Amino acid sequence: MSRVHSIKDTQLESHLFLNRIMAAFIAIMLLTTGLIVRLIHLQVAGHEHYATLAKDNSIKIYPIVPTRGMIYDRHGNILAENTQSYSLEIVPEKVKDMDETLLQLQKLLNIPDEKIDLYQKQRKRQKRFTSTPLLLSMSDDEIAKFAVNRPFFPGVDIKQRLVRHYPYGELAAHVVGYVGRINEAEVKTLSAEEYQGSTHVGKLGIESSYETQLHGKTGYAEIETNVQARPLNTLNETDAVQGANLHLTLDMDLQKTAYDALAPFNGAVVAIEVKTGGVLVFTSRPSFDPNPFVAGIANDAYQALQLSENQPLYNRALRGLYPPGSTLKPFVALAGLEHNAVTASQRLFCPGYYQLPNVDHKYRCWKKTGHGAVNVSDAIAESCDVYFYRLASTLGIDDMHNFLQKFGFGEKTGIDLANEKTGLLPSREWKLEQKKQSWYPGETLITGIGQGSNQVTPIQLARATATLANRGDVVTPFLVDKIVSATETRKGPETHQEIIPLKKSNVDTIVSAMVDVVHNERGTAHALKKDFDYLMAGKTGTAQVLGIKQNAKYNENAIEFKYRDHALFIAFAPANAPKIAIAVIAENGGHGASVAAPIAAKVIKQYLQDHNEN
Amino acid sequence: MKTETHHHQFENPSVIGTILRKLHIDIPLFIALSLTASLSFVILYSAGSQDMGVLARQGARIGLAFTVMIVLAHIDPYQFKRYSALLFGIGIVLLAAVLVMGQTALGAQRWLNLGFFRFQPSEMMKIAAPMMVAWYLSEHPLPPRSKQLFIATVLILVPSLLIAKQPDLGTAILVASSGAGVLFFAGLSWWFIIGILASLTALTPILWHFMHDYQRARVLTFLNPEADPLGRGYHIIQSKIAIGSGGIYGKGWLGSTQSELDFLPESSTDFIFAVFAEEFGLFGCAGLLTLYILIITRCLYIASQARDTYCRLLAGSLAFTFFVYVFVNIGMVIGVLPVVGVPLPLISYGGTSIVTLLSGFGILMSIHTHKKFLHR
Repeated sequence: MSRVHSIKDTQLESHLFLNRIMAAFIAIMLLTTGLIVRLIHLQVAGHEHYATLAKDNSIKIYPIVPTRGMIYDRHGNILAENTQSYSLEIVPEKVKDMDETLLQLQKLLNIPDEKIDLYQKQRKRQKRFTSTPLLLSMSDDEIAKFAVNRPFFPGVDIKQRLVRHYPYGELAAHVVGYVGRINEAEVKTLSAEEYQGSTHVGKLGIESSYETQLHGKTGYAEIETNVQARPLNTLNETDAVQGANLHLTLDMDLQKTAYDALAPFNGAVVAIEVKTGGVLVFTSRPSFDPNPFVAGIANDAYQALQLSENQPLYNRALRGLYPPGSTLKPFVALAGLEHNAVTASQRLFCPGYYQLPNVDHKYRCWKKTGHGAVNVSDAIAESCDVYFYRLASTLGIDDMHNFLQKFGFGEKTGIDLANEKTGLLPSREWKLEQKKQSWYPGETLITGIGQGSNQVTPIQLARATATLANRGDVVTPFLVDKIVSATETRKGPETHQEIIPLKKSNVDTIVSAMVDVVHNERGTAHALKKDFDYLMAGKTGTAQVLGIKQNAKYNENAIEFKYRDHALFIAFAPANAPKIAIAVIAENGGHGASVAAPIAAKVIKQYLQDHNEN
Repeated sequence: MKTETHHHQFENPSVIGTILRKLHIDIPLFIALSLTASLSFVILYSAGSQDMGVLARQGARIGLAFTVMIVLAHIDPYQFKRYSALLFGIGIVLLAAVLVMGQTALGAQRWLNLGFFRFQPSEMMKIAAPMMVAWYLSEHPLPPRSKQLFIATVLILVPSLLIAKQPDLGTAILVASSGAGVLFFAGLSWWFIIGILASLTALTPILWHFMHDYQRARVLTFLNPEADPLGRGYHIIQSKIAIGSGGIYGKGWLGSTQSELDFLPESSTDFIFAVFAEEFGLFGCAGLLTLYILIITRCLYIASQARDTYCRLLAGSLAFTFFVYVFVNIGMVIGVLPVVGVPLPLISYGGTSIVTLLSGFGILMSIHTHKKFLHR
């Protein structure tokens, strides 16, 4: 291309470009004028029309709160339902002087300060023009008092609401839990959209761990309102999806039997259906009535529950930590047989105490005079401590720890409840890590009889028992059997199963020794009234609360009740084809045989009776 | 630096001229932009429920955006031209990456997580696309022949469609119009322009077929908002009520009941113009539009004075795109255009868009303040 040509082009291009700039400018001015014309149309010609619309008429979106799912036990008994109740509600935007209104209401209805505080917190997170409850479950008296004075309280009204109710009260409180008012911390974690109209959320138990399923999905109604937010008419609705109903594996008849039988002791009973892992009984005593928590429990009542020496709010079945005592022995014995530390027929001598080489300390058997030469069956039936000292010493802590771990000791069972405790299965690593100390041989002995640092939860103990009854087929306990929503029925949690490889003959030895505990006259639980026609396999246990000095005597009657030993009992039945496995812990019950075993027998008997009839 | 030495060689003896040139800031443009950005705080304070946190975050963004603008103003336009193709290529790769592995926000894939920060490649395309088309066309004699026209069209359509697929219709429109702007300023024949507009109309049914459901719903709503007053039409109806109830003088600052009572959705972002119109009335709207026109006029003037074809085309296109921004946003808020996600430039809360926007002005300032020195 020649230079002359190129310059000519540049001039042409410049000219063309300037033309285009002008064209663009004109187009932009025209379009902007168009915008102005439209604005005049809206703001001058349409002003009156739109000003009226802005003033009178607007559309608001209101949440439609889904009805919370019900909770049933395995027989269809209602554990949690929604009942109609009347509540005192306030629309803050309609109240002129909120402080004054609250003060007057407080005077009129005797509302405690903490409910006012709770309301103040709750109303902050509500959408504008929504009604927020101040008092839930009003009494007839309160309704009447307010109704008379209603004209003096603009913006305050009585509304009907569905309120959670737990018909079984304290009996299922530790399983079902309860719902409560949504608090500030929960506001941050819950989906603002889903909980827009909700006042309550599951706080504990099944109510909390299945919150998503129980809550359902919030729907929306688009409602035409005036500026005072008075609804004029509903224009469009998206229905709420109701919460799913939960069917638990729990058997409330059995639960009641267990809870009553445990009295007067504090403690826990957990029973598991051996084949499935479904939890039949899950009792922690004492318990509490969850119903006051729904409306917001009064401060003093809550203080009383919290400060009570018996700790009714404490879920012993899930979080109670107890030394397993002699209930650990069948598992230790099985470990010994599986690791060939001892044979089934081999006899070890019990002179009433055991001493480690070159150590003065005497590890005592509960029977001062000694059991003589005992084999594994005798040792379990008679709960000989010296046999297990010797066995543990031969077996060693590492093999014992690893074997017991397979039965779920020292780890969470994975039951579908939150905040389960892990328990503690001592090991060399644990001690080094936690206490910065090496393992002492004496600790192996103590661990072998279930004392020392050993700690189990009742649910853990029941699970281990069920796994033994299942001959090594590991059981994962669960509570929710079915989740039934409007559209589908789903199974509860996946119960992942592992199998511990065990020699049949070894398991047979242990099971028959546990049968001897109950049915042989040498057995520690032999005194149990055997008004049943099947074989029950069991093991008694006693967990020390108070350390006893070397030469002191344990005198049950001389020491204060709260320092008495805990009574434990584990069992499954029928021994040859187990259906139910159970763990009972009666705090300060003294003896497993006399206190805990009858409770277990009662529950098992009732279950098998019901079961055979069906 | 090489460009630095050139400055000194060709220095203008006038004192004021020297200072301005050293700063590389175009004073009229800078004043108009600062005024508009200040307005943003005033109206955001009202629309954002008087939340100082909102203002602080917006302040930080605007501060960053102005810094980027001044930095870009110091770069010689020759550098922009040189890296146009590279920038465009990177942009295309990133857009493809977003579609494959981008992060989803609000149902649309727009973000690319680069580990240390999240990045929206479609924003970069708003500048890279016109740069690329301007560079390509400036390498050939103008007006463009049909071959160049075809290639330029492909260069515009590829990024636009990639962005529309995310889906982000608003940004796709802005990218497409920035490319189309270059073509227009390059002297695309009027007959051709009319032909394209006609065929676009004819292609509407096909375009309809490729639209997402929500995009279709927006178009339907635009055509008849009253048919669905609660679902899709809600935005438009509420925003018209806000604007109309503002009247000639407005309800005064902080006087918007529509946004105050939560009737107007997205009142701090895409629909902020409605709050502005409600509070400041027709006078306020006319004032704001005047401000925008002043900015655009200044940009067109800069384009007319630009030193070479590349600079002219790019400057013209950036000015044009800015107008498209204003027109599409206000158009949708006042109900003359369908609702697409385009913010009100320099005023709406949030987004990386404000940084991109001021980057464009940075380039314009660079074009204006470097024009006398280099002829390569």
